[in-house]
Amino acid sequence: MSAVTSQTLQPPLDVARIRADFPILHQEIYGKPLVYLDNGATTQKPQSVIDAVSHYYAADNSNVHRGVHALSERATADYEGARAKVRDFIHAASEREIVFTRGTTEAINLVAHSYLGPRLQAGDEILISHMEHHSNIVPWQLLCERSGAELKVVPISDAGEIVYEEFERLLSPERTKLVAVGHVSNALGTINPIEQIIRAAHAHDIPVLIDGAQAVAHLPVDVQALGADFYAFSGHKLFGPTGIGVLYAREALLDVMPPYQGGGDMIRTVSFSGSTWNELPYKFEAGTPNIAGAVGLGAAIDYVNSLDLALVQAYEHDLLDYATQQVSAIGDIRLVGTAQRKAGILSFVMENAHPHDIGTIVDHEGVAIRAGHHCAMPVMERFGVPATARASLACYNTRDDIDALVRALQRVHELFG
Amino acid sequence: MNDLRDLYQEVVIDHGRKPRNFRALEPHSHEAKGFNPLCGDQIALYLQIENDVIQDIGFTGSGCAISMAAASLMTESLKGKTISEAEKLFDAYHGMLTNQENLPDTERLGKLAVLSGVREYPTRVKCATLAGHTLKAALSNSEKPVTTE
Repeated sequence: MSAVTSQTLQPPLDVARIRADFPILHQEIYGKPLVYLDNGATTQKPQSVIDAVSHYYAADNSNVHRGVHALSERATADYEGARAKVRDFIHAASEREIVFTRGTTEAINLVAHSYLGPRLQAGDEILISHMEHHSNIVPWQLLCERSGAELKVVPISDAGEIVYEEFERLLSPERTKLVAVGHVSNALGTINPIEQIIRAAHAHDIPVLIDGAQAVAHLPVDVQALGADFYAFSGHKLFGPTGIGVLYAREALLDVMPPYQGGGDMIRTVSFSGSTWNELPYKFEAGTPNIAGAVGLGAAIDYVNSLDLALVQAYEHDLLDYATQQVSAIGDIRLVGTAQRKAGILSFVMENAHPHDIGTIVDHEGVAIRAGHHCAMPVMERFGVPATARASLACYNTRDDIDALVRALQRVHELFG
Repeated sequence: MNDLRDLYQEVVIDHGRKPRNFRALEPHSHEAKGFNPLCGDQIALYLQIENDVIQDIGFTGSGCAISMAAASLMTESLKGKTISEAEKLFDAYHGMLTNQENLPDTERLGKLAVLSGVREYPTRVKCATLAGHTLKAALSNSEKPVTTE
């Protein structure tokens, strides 16, 4: 950490202070201090987020966009204030481009339903990569089944990187109607070259959806600089609440898309001869939204902004290097996902112990990791493993956490060695 | 605090590492496949049943130590049993893993009792019951693979 920060002459990330902001971290599991290394599944919440949600319910709770009373105006201001924070956070051009959803999965399904669904025909193709999360596979499979279009999959290398030449080969100016790819792989940690991918697709006027679920808490995102047409992410992987997420989409695309769901908030007028839709982004927000969730997400973004994501990225990179060295040194360990550019995810298997057994044993040492297929079964199949153990980092993790993981893995060795 | 050794007893680790009756049995009269989609554990179970008695039994598959040990110990316990004895064993075994109040009926369970520690780990009960569910499917000659989900 000190090496990285002194090179860039930035103040170091104050991890002790960050840890103090997360009340959940200060507890014992089986008599050992909790070491939370399952941030790829969900991140923990700082006190400021917990307080924001609590304050919203204690002081401002009401429905949005409809009341004429003071509470409704406050709730609406809270909710729309959160949208403005999201716009600033990902550098969108307008708040009209920020649609609140339940999470990344719903955001992708929205695009499948309202953007691609109506225009997809037999013979068309959707291009994804082999390392996608199920949420960025299945919505497209469902569309293909309905339309007769074909899902094309860019292969990945043994290191877990997109084989770029294959991407170029599979990108068809005539047939590809959408490229959908993850910014950071949840199973492998690979940071994909999405700038390059977007440029190549745009050269043929093919829109690109980026699944940013694993990226937003770990590296700065600028949707305009990237040129992303759609960018989806979840609040709960960004220190915010579950049940709230974001679809960013360019306004020109949202304008021509039909609504996703029908109901309250998304309509302007309703009559039995036909209804008209509300303006953007409300056209895509049917029903009373997750107001408290949006408020919590806004507070989470404030929190991340107070840290400086560039510093977080450098810190986590250094911590990942340390973790990779220490875990590899245990022996009997095979890393799954060794890309040149990685975010804080360490996926591995052990010769003598199944990931599920590893997960249970390290849990007994207070260390929370994920064991399983990580909703990326094709990745498991690609690497010839039924599952992996995965440690995933966040800015509140330390070298002590990694040392605790290593000690816990040595315990696995003792039992199964 | 429960001890990890209650879960991973030597016998469990030994059977997990070197499962007994680990083979596709030929010929066989009954078979079924089981799958735990959560962790990818899968087994195929084969039985040769003559005159209502399990003459021989074997399994193949892959999974965690708990699922492999459970399948291995189960196959050892079932050889020579009648179908109704096998079903009773399954019920006692399932009861041991899901019923927190009662002490395991070690007499009835025999060597399967070493897996009683699993009941302290709700997320692992599915690993320990995969083989049992597959047995049930095989006895009813179900064509459809069973899953723990």
